[in-house]
Amino acid sequence: MVDVTPHGADFIPPAEVAEAELYHPHSWWTRYVFSQDAKVIAIQYAGTALGIGLVALVLSWLMRLKLAFPDTFSFITPDAYYQFMTMHGMIMVIYLLTALFLGGFGNYLIPLMVGARDMVFPYVNMLSYWIYLLAVLVLVGSFFAPGGPTGAGWTLYPPQAILSGTPGGQDWGIILMLVSLILFIIGFTMGGLNYVVTVLQGRTRGMTLMRLPLTVWGIFTATVMALLAFPALFVACVMMLFDRIIGSSFFMPAIVEMGEQLPHNGGSPIMFQHLFWFFGHPEVYIVALPAFGIVSDLISTHARKNIFGYRMMVWAIIGIGALSFVVWAHHMYVSGMHPYFGFFFATTTLIIAVPTAIKVYNWVLTLWRGDIHLTIPMLFALAFIVTFVNGGLTGLFLGNVVVDVPLSDTMFVVAHFHMVMGVAPILVIFGAIYHWYPKITGRMLNEWMGRFHFWVTFVGAYLIFFPMHYVGLVGVPRRYPELGDTAFIPPSVHTLNEFITVAALTVGFAQMVFLFNLIWSIRHGRHAGDNPWGAATLEWQTAGTPPPHGNFGKELPVVYRWAYDYSVPGAPEDFIPQNDPGPLTQGRPA
Amino acid sequence: MAETTLGHTDHTAPRPQGLRGIVADVSSDQRAFKNVSWGKAMMWIFLLSDTFVFGCFLLSYMTARMSTTVPWPNPSEVFALHLFGRDIPLILIAIMTFVLISSSGTMAMAVNFGYRRDRKKTAILMLLTAALGATFVGMQAFEWTKLITEGVRPWENPWGAAQFGSSFFMITGFHGTHVTIGVIFLLIIARKVWRGDYDTGARGFFTSRRGQYESVEIMGLYWHFVDLVWVFIFAFFYLW
Repeated sequence: MVDVTPHGADFIPPAEVAEAELYHPHSWWTRYVFSQDAKVIAIQYAGTALGIGLVALVLSWLMRLKLAFPDTFSFITPDAYYQFMTMHGMIMVIYLLTALFLGGFGNYLIPLMVGARDMVFPYVNMLSYWIYLLAVLVLVGSFFAPGGPTGAGWTLYPPQAILSGTPGGQDWGIILMLVSLILFIIGFTMGGLNYVVTVLQGRTRGMTLMRLPLTVWGIFTATVMALLAFPALFVACVMMLFDRIIGSSFFMPAIVEMGEQLPHNGGSPIMFQHLFWFFGHPEVYIVALPAFGIVSDLISTHARKNIFGYRMMVWAIIGIGALSFVVWAHHMYVSGMHPYFGFFFATTTLIIAVPTAIKVYNWVLTLWRGDIHLTIPMLFALAFIVTFVNGGLTGLFLGNVVVDVPLSDTMFVVAHFHMVMGVAPILVIFGAIYHWYPKITGRMLNEWMGRFHFWVTFVGAYLIFFPMHYVGLVGVPRRYPELGDTAFIPPSVHTLNEFITVAALTVGFAQMVFLFNLIWSIRHGRHAGDNPWGAATLEWQTAGTPPPHGNFGKELPVVYRWAYDYSVPGAPEDFIPQNDPGPLTQGRPA
Repeated sequence: MAETTLGHTDHTAPRPQGLRGIVADVSSDQRAFKNVSWGKAMMWIFLLSDTFVFGCFLLSYMTARMSTTVPWPNPSEVFALHLFGRDIPLILIAIMTFVLISSSGTMAMAVNFGYRRDRKKTAILMLLTAALGATFVGMQAFEWTKLITEGVRPWENPWGAAQFGSSFFMITGFHGTHVTIGVIFLLIIARKVWRGDYDTGARGFFTSRRGQYESVEIMGLYWHFVDLVWVFIFAFFYLW
């Protein structure tokens, strides 16, 4: 590797481009509603995502109640259960996690962390949010459409997704679902192009790629992946809309329904699965990589220690991103495929464990002999590591064909993906909100409500999903609204189901406390100051808190060091901000 | 040509060439791709994403075509025109392809004259490009009409696999939409060039950013991409 940074610490690189012209709002509307400021757009994204996430939360309660007490909640029909399940999954994966990590945190943090005034194309960025909102409204609209939302499962597998036996299949449900997804993808693409170009071309002086905080690396890589993976979902949605509306047969084989031969002929449902999972698997990492990035920064900041193996962390993020495009068919072992393909996809799946394990080791080694402050963001970060390791281990079970086949479509799978891509990223989201809320509002979140929220959520999540693994291992299938008197299901499963439901409701209650805390602290929280955590990254060095329009003052900051100069020997404080020109002791990335 | 929207390179320090240069650029501060403006970078990345869309469409069509159990209609017969007393295979498609490729040529010339600040020639060449694009879409409409009158539908056709019609309408329709959007933007940008918006740096209505001649080149990137995609559609749908 050639040394490409021959300059000493005193070298200030000249500005290569003129300053971007900012759009200055003239009215209340352009300042707070149709705003082109990435920070406002971020809050709009996050608010909308949390709002629709609340719907998904309520749906999960209803499902749990039905599973535990099928007779009491007989008004939840199997059709309604399928609709709740579908909407819960779709909202959580796409409209909450993807939108919140990339649209919310991406918009807020990328310009601030790379030292930019704003995203490179603020107008397109604004459009991105409004199209996302439209997608959410169409999704919500499907609840009120005749026949209700689709109940096809979040994977929307044809042929059942568009047959009359599935709720919404021959009504409006599936159409609105597909239209909403297409809108989401269009809106996301507008935002995603902004995030990528801002990171690549819009950084401030001195901010090299290898000085970027890992948060930016995670969000950036995830966005690139999303721009390449969402096209497959887009195409699948368009083709299924054709099958549903104008009677083509892309995914529909010859089929007899209720004794009647349908007009479809010769399509391939497996083709949909390939398209869907070519999107679906990278989607897991589109959610996970920003979480990896954010958690690295949380751990380093709150352990007052530089991240261990920064370069390895970056390459691991890129490696995971690349590998995740060649593993998709491990979701399709039971769909039937050539054994060699199964072998290939099982191998690639297990290889992903290597860069992932590197990251986990590096987090743990960052903590090793660190000055660990058990702040709320740190608690969530630690909880994430544990949860992610747990979820990742069951992933090794499911990645192997022979182990996956008997476990497929059981509650074990439900427990696995909820641990690894549900609970784990959401813990990071919570940690990140507790971490950056002081920057966004200027106030700290209430400490005691926060600790209550953490412990109930963390312990509660384990009480929900740990027993679920056992329920799955005894063979309880997923997607069944009630089990009835089934011979192979022992009575203990029913007890466990009731236990899980009680835990789920408790965790749900803790989220209400969290939402209350979010609102209450805007007025009543302790004043935070500019840099309450003593963090070194640029977003904490802004001209004010919350950062003004344009983020930084007259002059953009100049970056002299990486983002992780914590506890540097001889430094006056236990952190050195990235824009501090002081003596460069260990400022080179490893 | 090295001029970019947001910027001249102020410093003239020599930069390493070749592979070293690539490493130096990517690992440097501010910009990973030197002399690539924001707008151009954005268009390139969008086109990469759009490539995946068309790639998925074409792969799905090829999967359907290879896995169908009923015969696939013979494209050279289906897309033949009866002219001068005989059937000429693919003649309309050949003309359409010629028109679209020609429009790439006029677009490239427009970009060239744009960088010379030749307002009139740029605008005229862009209008010519738009006209060729519109001609392409018109001929596509003619082709659709012809096939529809012959009984091709997304769910059936007289000659074989039903996926023929649905793939045809979906892929050519999606491509035609791209061409149509391109024509619209060509007209908008041609108008701005004609009025001299890019000479005076007039501000955009929505973005309030100053206009630049570079828009012509970015438009050109999109247009060449749409043409390139057509070559693949031509090869995989009509010639196969």
